[in-house]
Amino acid sequence: MNVVFCGATKGIGRAVARHMAQRGDRFALLGRDVDDLKRSGSDLEAMGGSVASTIRCDLMDLASIAPALDEAWAALEKVDAVVVTAGLFDLHETLESDSALRDRVLTVDFTNTVHLCELAGPRLLAGGGGTLAVVSSVAGDRPRKTIYLYGAAKAGLGHYLEGLDLKYRGNGLRVVNVKPGFIKTGMTANAKVPPFATTPEAIAPAVVRAIDRGTSVVYVPFVWRLVMLAVRSLPKFMMRKLNF
Amino acid sequence: MVGEDLERLTRGVSLTRGLGRSYGDSSLPPERGGKIASSRLADRILGFDPETGVLRAEAGLSLLTLNSALLERGWFTPVTPGTQFVTLGGMVASDVHGKNHHEAGTFGRHVTRVRLRTGGGAIVDAGPGTERELFDATVGGMGLTGHILEVEVRLSAVASPWIWSESESAPDFETLAERLVDAGATWPYTVAWADLLHPSGRGLLVKGRWAQPDEAAGRTFGWPSAVSVPVDMPGWAINPLSMRMFNALYYRRHGRKTRAGVVHPQPFFYPLDVVHDWNRAYGSRGFTQYQCVIPKAAGVEAAAKFARFVREIGGLPCLVVVKDFGPEGSGLLSFPKPGLTFAIDLPVTGATPSLVARFNDVVAEAGGRIYLTKDAFSSREHFRAMEPRWTAFDEVRRLWDPDRTIRSAQSVRLLGDDE
Ligand SMILES: Cc1cc2nc3c(=O)[nH]c(=O)nc-3n(C[C@H](O)[C@H](O)[C@H](O)COP(=O)(O)OP(=O)(O)OC[C@H]3O[C@@H](n4cnc5c(N)ncnc54)[C@H](O)[C@@H]3O)c2cc1C
Ligand SMILES: NC(=O)c1ccc[n+]([C@@H]2O[C@H](COP(=O)([O-])OP(=O)(O)OC[C@H]3O[C@@H](n4cnc5c(N)ncnc54)[C@H](OP(=O)(O)O)[C@@H]3O)[C@@H](O)[C@H]2O)c1
Repeated sequence: MNVVFCGATKGIGRAVARHMAQRGDRFALLGRDVDDLKRSGSDLEAMGGSVASTIRCDLMDLASIAPALDEAWAALEKVDAVVVTAGLFDLHETLESDSALRDRVLTVDFTNTVHLCELAGPRLLAGGGGTLAVVSSVAGDRPRKTIYLYGAAKAGLGHYLEGLDLKYRGNGLRVVNVKPGFIKTGMTANAKVPPFATTPEAIAPAVVRAIDRGTSVVYVPFVWRLVMLAVRSLPKFMMRKLNF
Repeated sequence: MVGEDLERLTRGVSLTRGLGRSYGDSSLPPERGGKIASSRLADRILGFDPETGVLRAEAGLSLLTLNSALLERGWFTPVTPGTQFVTLGGMVASDVHGKNHHEAGTFGRHVTRVRLRTGGGAIVDAGPGTERELFDATVGGMGLTGHILEVEVRLSAVASPWIWSESESAPDFETLAERLVDAGATWPYTVAWADLLHPSGRGLLVKGRWAQPDEAAGRTFGWPSAVSVPVDMPGWAINPLSMRMFNALYYRRHGRKTRAGVVHPQPFFYPLDVVHDWNRAYGSRGFTQYQCVIPKAAGVEAAAKFARFVREIGGLPCLVVVKDFGPEGSGLLSFPKPGLTFAIDLPVTGATPSLVARFNDVVAEAGGRIYLTKDAFSSREHFRAMEPRWTAFDEVRRLWDPDRTIRSAQSVRLLGDDE
């Protein structure tokens, strides 16, 4: 499979890309630091994949996105999937107090990811269809006191992804909204570890399966689907009381 | 501190650790603080040449990742410890040995280069041909010569990803030891499990080699990938009880006859990894390990004497792992030297330090030494008596890190870093 991958350098993206590389997938890698992308490229090649190109694409820099996609398409010729695992997180208190950081989180996790999708969708459709898989989060399922700023960006993103899927799936654009629970990556190294926390390697196979099948919404690990079902059904007075 | 960028992470920290699989206190901070960098997220392969087998990777690459990526394609680490939840950096720092020590030596023998951030802050490449002294001090140097950022090592080509294994029981310790050493002449992998609770010191001998493709014909190979590295598990929590029960079961299931056949490398090399979750759930914190080598020069009798000593102490786990060591490597503090090595599980109680001291008396008298990666209780005096090489190590360290900015709980205890 030919994949345009934004976010393969770290965390969930690294594990998912490795899983795809082990079966021989071919990549165009997008990210902010081309030297670092090259290091990830070597890793994916050693795992059995191949890397057609490493291209600068900074989700803080809207102008970098379209040229990066053009370059990726030129390098791969045929693109089967666009995968976006790039994202930004910080503790809620920090996001409340630091407006510049807040702006970055909203821009990267929502605004510019939506722009990226708006640019990638038509390109996939023009090539006869394909899969657009983007990582949102269970944090977008219901506002919680300790995570609603980041959660709002992810909720907005999820809303958008599901809408895109409704409109274009019939035309061959399969949109996959990946909702991870708590995953132990560098992103969450400073956060308190809740129950059901797992590793990126453990969820990678399920993410790749969802990409292959074009599953429109997937919770990884699966148990978070049940957890969020429960959280969504809690009455509001309890949500006011609970600190989670 | 944890992150993908080890180069940045190690600026100004006092120690780097890997996956924390050492049983001792070498990966723990000294009592008087200091930040520790964890390499576990710095785990990318930076290059692999299928012509030569040379692999270059970030120091946090785990054997689990390496095995699942390359074994199916015919490449395996030249030396593996008994768990795959270790990092390349940790394997260099402990200069690990495997069941093939008599043939392949330690891991360090196969390392062609390491990239280090030294205590002084500089980034230096060291290998057998460059900065040789620094390299030799780093191999087995328990992380004290610098933060290992990258490791370059020559992997071994294997005939198939399967193992041909044969095992047999031996009626007493002397026979077991003799057969273990004999088997080393024809088998790359050998290990013995001695039952030192039993009056005879009977045991099992396990031998192995990579299977030829025709022996493994018709099997489809896979590396169980669902197991992922359990993180944040302290060394002591790992094995104890579970290991003893496992050992006992292993022994009992085997019976008296000889067994032979093709087995998957995972249970052959990493029998404990499959039960790690079980360990995590039930493992008590209070266990460590004692590992020493009784030199060949002291004669088989010295090894038998040590075995008798362990048996007489009683109350210790029933099966002790025994391996046959070949020639010493070039690492200044590298553990293995020709002789028999014993690895014994120890419950941690108030009496452990004195028990370790009694073991150390016997080992020192025989001219043996202990494995630092598994040590948390030896005294400085015992260490210096068993390890006259420490002064040479200290000199190199002084050169690269005059202020001893890199230190661990172990280096404070054994090398007197807080003085
Ligand atoms: C079940 C089990 C079986 C084992 N079997 C064997 C065996 O058969 N043979 C054998 O030799 N050992 C064996 N060991 C011990 C193990 O191989 C070593 O302790 C190994 O060093 C652990 O690697 P790690 O990555 O977890 O390192 P850690 O435990 O995190 O650290 C060990 C040492 O390495 C240093 N270190 C780690 N990474 C770096 C780095 N990047 N830069 C500088 N220093 C670093 C640390 O400071 C510390 O001193 C076994 C351990 C277990 C739990
Ligand atoms: N970890 C969790 O528990 C969890 C839970 C739910 C959802 N998620 C979501 O899953 C995704 C991946 O998270 P993770 O835990 O894998 O995080 P991570 O380890 O921090 O990785 C984040 C990735 O995003 C990239 N990135 C960040 N900012 C970027 C930018 N401006 N432009 C381009 N790329 C950028 C990073 O690239 P660099 O190498 O350049 O930094 C990195 O590859 C995120 O969307 C996150 O919100 C994570």
